[in-house]
Amino acid sequence: MTTETPPRIRVPEGGVGESPLRPDGVPKLRGEFDYAQDLSAEGMLWAATVRSPHARARIVSVDLAAALAIGGVHACLTADDVPGRATFGLEHPDQPVLAGDEARYWGEPVAVVAAEDPDTARRAAAAIEVRYEPLDALTDPEEADRRDEVFRRLGIRRGDQALRGSVVVQGEYEVGMQDQAPLGTEAGLAIPDGQGGVDLYATSQYVHVDHEQVVASLGLRPEQVRAHPTGIGGAFGAREDVNLHIHLCLLALHTGRPVKMVYQRSESFTGHVHRHPAWLSYRHEADETGRLVRVEARVVIDGGAYASTTSAVLANACYFAVGPYRCESVSVDGVGARTNNPPCGAMRGFGAVQVCFGYEAQMDRLAVALGMDPLDLRELNALGTGDAMPTTGQIIDTPLPTIDVIRSLQAMPLPEPATGLHHSELPGGSGLTTETHQVRRGVGYALGIKNLGFSEGSDDYAQARVRLTSNGAVVETAAIEVGQGLVTVLAQIARSALGISHVEVAHVDTSKIDSAGSTSASRQTQLSGGATLEAATRLRQRVLAHHEGDQLDDQGLWKGDDLLVTWADLGDGSWEETVTFRHPPTTGPDENGQGVIHADFAVAGHRAVVDVDTELGLVKVVRVDTAQDVGRALNPQSVQGQIEGGILQGVGLAVMEELVMKDGVILNPTFTDYLLPTILDAPDVEALLIEREGSWGPFGAKGVGESPTISSTAAIAAAIRAASGRELNRVPIRPQDVALE
Amino acid sequence: MIIELTVNGEPVTARITNPGSLLDLLRDELGLPGSKNACEQGECGSCSVIFDGELVCSCLVMAADAADSSVVTVEGVSPDDGLHPIQEAMHRAGAVQCGFCTPGIVVAAVDLFSRNSRPSSTQIKEALAGNICRCTGYGAIIRALETVAMGAET
Amino acid sequence: MHPNSIDEALAEMGDGAIPLAGGTDLMVEVNFGHVRPERVIGLRRVADLHEWDGPKIGAGVTWRRIETHGPKALAEAARTVGSPQIRNAGTIGGNLGTASPAGDGHPFLAAVDASIELTSAASRRTVAWREFFTGVKETVRRPDELITAVHLPAELPEKQCFGKIGIRNAMVIATVCAVVTRADDGKTTVALGSVAPTPVRATGAETMMSSIANPTSSDLAEFQRLVSDEVRPITDHRSTEEYRRHGAGVLTRRLLERCLA
Repeated sequence: MTTETPPRIRVPEGGVGESPLRPDGVPKLRGEFDYAQDLSAEGMLWAATVRSPHARARIVSVDLAAALAIGGVHACLTADDVPGRATFGLEHPDQPVLAGDEARYWGEPVAVVAAEDPDTARRAAAAIEVRYEPLDALTDPEEADRRDEVFRRLGIRRGDQALRGSVVVQGEYEVGMQDQAPLGTEAGLAIPDGQGGVDLYATSQYVHVDHEQVVASLGLRPEQVRAHPTGIGGAFGAREDVNLHIHLCLLALHTGRPVKMVYQRSESFTGHVHRHPAWLSYRHEADETGRLVRVEARVVIDGGAYASTTSAVLANACYFAVGPYRCESVSVDGVGARTNNPPCGAMRGFGAVQVCFGYEAQMDRLAVALGMDPLDLRELNALGTGDAMPTTGQIIDTPLPTIDVIRSLQAMPLPEPATGLHHSELPGGSGLTTETHQVRRGVGYALGIKNLGFSEGSDDYAQARVRLTSNGAVVETAAIEVGQGLVTVLAQIARSALGISHVEVAHVDTSKIDSAGSTSASRQTQLSGGATLEAATRLRQRVLAHHEGDQLDDQGLWKGDDLLVTWADLGDGSWEETVTFRHPPTTGPDENGQGVIHADFAVAGHRAVVDVDTELGLVKVVRVDTAQDVGRALNPQSVQGQIEGGILQGVGLAVMEELVMKDGVILNPTFTDYLLPTILDAPDVEALLIEREGSWGPFGAKGVGESPTISSTAAIAAAIRAASGRELNRVPIRPQDVALE
Repeated sequence: MIIELTVNGEPVTARITNPGSLLDLLRDELGLPGSKNACEQGECGSCSVIFDGELVCSCLVMAADAADSSVVTVEGVSPDDGLHPIQEAMHRAGAVQCGFCTPGIVVAAVDLFSRNSRPSSTQIKEALAGNICRCTGYGAIIRALETVAMGAET
Repeated sequence: MHPNSIDEALAEMGDGAIPLAGGTDLMVEVNFGHVRPERVIGLRRVADLHEWDGPKIGAGVTWRRIETHGPKALAEAARTVGSPQIRNAGTIGGNLGTASPAGDGHPFLAAVDASIELTSAASRRTVAWREFFTGVKETVRRPDELITAVHLPAELPEKQCFGKIGIRNAMVIATVCAVVTRADDGKTTVALGSVAPTPVRATGAETMMSSIANPTSSDLAEFQRLVSDEVRPITDHRSTEEYRRHGAGVLTRRLLERCLA
């Protein structure tokens, strides 16, 4: 009997499970990291955009004469100057590159200019005379529904629709418009190659889809355009859609010069998509033991003027409208409305955030109606592996430790009650509004569920290449690093798979590698990581087999104690492996919304502790603790970073962040009035990472970026309700919502 | 107009042609892009520099008003090679994600520690209240600076 | 222009020249492209403006210095101005020049009946705070005048408390801000910001409370009601009229309670 011992991999430094330092940390700390904002090229021109001041208007005429007469102005372009496809769009190309006959939202680009410097560009933009005939703007999504102005309707029916429960709770909920507000604004540089093509360096989450849209609108061949991954100051969904990409390439090719554009903050608020505001109507029915029998939901989201990703966000919202619970009878109707409000699209959580606020409020109300502890109610109905998704019927075949999440949260000790606090720990902070005895503490829990990866039958894949170099290996990818630490974790995966420590990650452009897909949907670690793992594993097997060796390490290739080949010889660039990794296939919904819709799932729970000055309605979020289903934490420090960052965005949505709209106009597109949480607003966070084997991600890893945003807002709302006794059916919760009747 | 000032310890002559800010001057004329523009109105701290010994937002200093002054940017805080202890602490704590806020935070932290070598957690938070971070939730930043305050970093 | 003294600065005023101190208001306008100043008078180095002589605070004194050395309620207000970066640059005179209804330092000046010194090449005058502010971002300052100092009364009430309601715990425009003072003889002053086009005094509430030596809780409730009724707040994207009225009453009542404690 022969036994073949598979070659053992030596454990290198910096592999999975460790938290190696990020490779771009030093340049970022020294201020030497190149963001798109920092790029420049010889002979570079600067661009500016002319935007519609009306939510809806006919564009009667555009007069460029005065602008073109300004010294230093090289080009003024309008819709007539778009040589290829006039429209673009992430899911449906319905958005004009430049508005032609009609402007459909406040801020819609109508013309772009290129000039010698940013100041001249802005003056030229201001000098372009556009005559508008304002039209009636549709700004109410319910009215849009009535007029059938919708991007998508989705109906889900599962189970016996006649089933009823004896205990019924109804509620209406609203989620305001949050903005991703990444600190780095939109920026880019387009460089013409002198042969009719162009190289684009712009803030993005998905260079291949930018490439597709640029190629289409410029009427070029794919190989004539290269979209390069570029340093980016955060994204959170705001960088999936094209915004300045086509404009820059148009101007570069028109002028024959490199063209740069950087949006200032107000323009950034106007120039990218926002989180969909949502209106939810729920009816939950349970039997007297607390078993959830039926959930009916109506979900309305306002997609604004153009499609962006409204169809997918609506889908997510509807599919996750029940939450991580079993339920026999489900009916969900969703509407993605088309209005003349600014377009909405991807933001971390992607529809699952909005419904979580609704269904978790419902679960708390149901618990009260049943006289049950709210966590007991959740545990009784918890969705787990082997159960059917309540909405789509999909059998969950990934670990889904919902009950462990609940019990872990319960087990976390609560902080001591507040006494004699410094003003920075009280509601009101340095404003000295509140004393300790004027504070009521509240505790609230919420659970959330999200899909990982793209869904509904989308061909979701990522390509990665691993090549041996003279001192180790390089992972080549077009996957975008937005700060989340992908660049660190891909190297870790390759290290563990190859058994060597010297691994680097290189970001390459669209001409050098196939798509890695979007850095979104919590998918990159699983998809690009999966591609990297497979490529590195196969490469190691091939190179060992070729040399008849049994071990690779930082010195070279070994057989037993003999060093057969050194890196100098192995790393001649000839050894490489390219893998396109796909997750298990998904399907689109049938006429009842049923199907194997999602590629993977993750569950998480949050417990919020808040101190509320109920008389003034001021809130201090003291702690948000969490238990999160992560599969396997490939880089625990990065996971902690995603959790703390995501929770704080949840705090923002709960108590301070909202783009205030009036008649289609954003009233607060600045950091003075769109309030992001400061360090003094950040709660303490304790995170328990729940690791379970079974997901198809590399080493069992699940994406972790979105889970922290799904139920953190709902938990904080629950805590404020507990402290104040108010119903609070809307987020963000404002002082008047708590303080006044 | 022509102005003279000291930037990161070096005398510098700069030509100013429009009423722009010190931030514009640093980034566009003086080849120091470390300070970032994220809001143009002093609400985020990513342009923080030390100006005549005080921590300020460089986007709110008129370039012409910087004549005869001394400016220290993130580039000046960084040693020739490697990292300043505060930068090292942030690196180890995982306090850098997208990094856009990082230069401003480094400068604000350097300013804090130059005035108080053992700040409490509350003092750390109050000193950084003008620096917005959208990625990290501030947890790792606070842990990094608490480590520096405890003198654990050499 | 970089004058070294007030006289040199004054000689430059007029003809559209804009005075610049800390830049925390003007530079925002410049960065947004709303203002393109042709001539700017840099006041940062005018030493006279930095002088702080007891009750006379030079217009160029920064909020950072006031945070540390100012009278209690003014120091408390200073601590809420913007951020550390803003406080290092922003000046008491600059904020008076901008005259935002939400200016954090202004209720204190109203509560203690401070006056503002305006100087031109030809004259110097001192204007009571009540006359200085004329509307939203409007003052009586003439184009050829500089704000040169704030004059506080020689004696300030020992009990003085500041409070500011905002939607987050740092760097926030006041939804309501207020100062309440209480002298030994019971004289009470109540000043508020963000509830009217200018800082205001709640005179009805003041009169009522000043004649009560030992207020009961129903007196305090009545005081709160009077303040709420007297203020004239608006609804805007930051808050509602109703909440500001409510907040004004609650905040000033609490500040009074603190003064009485």
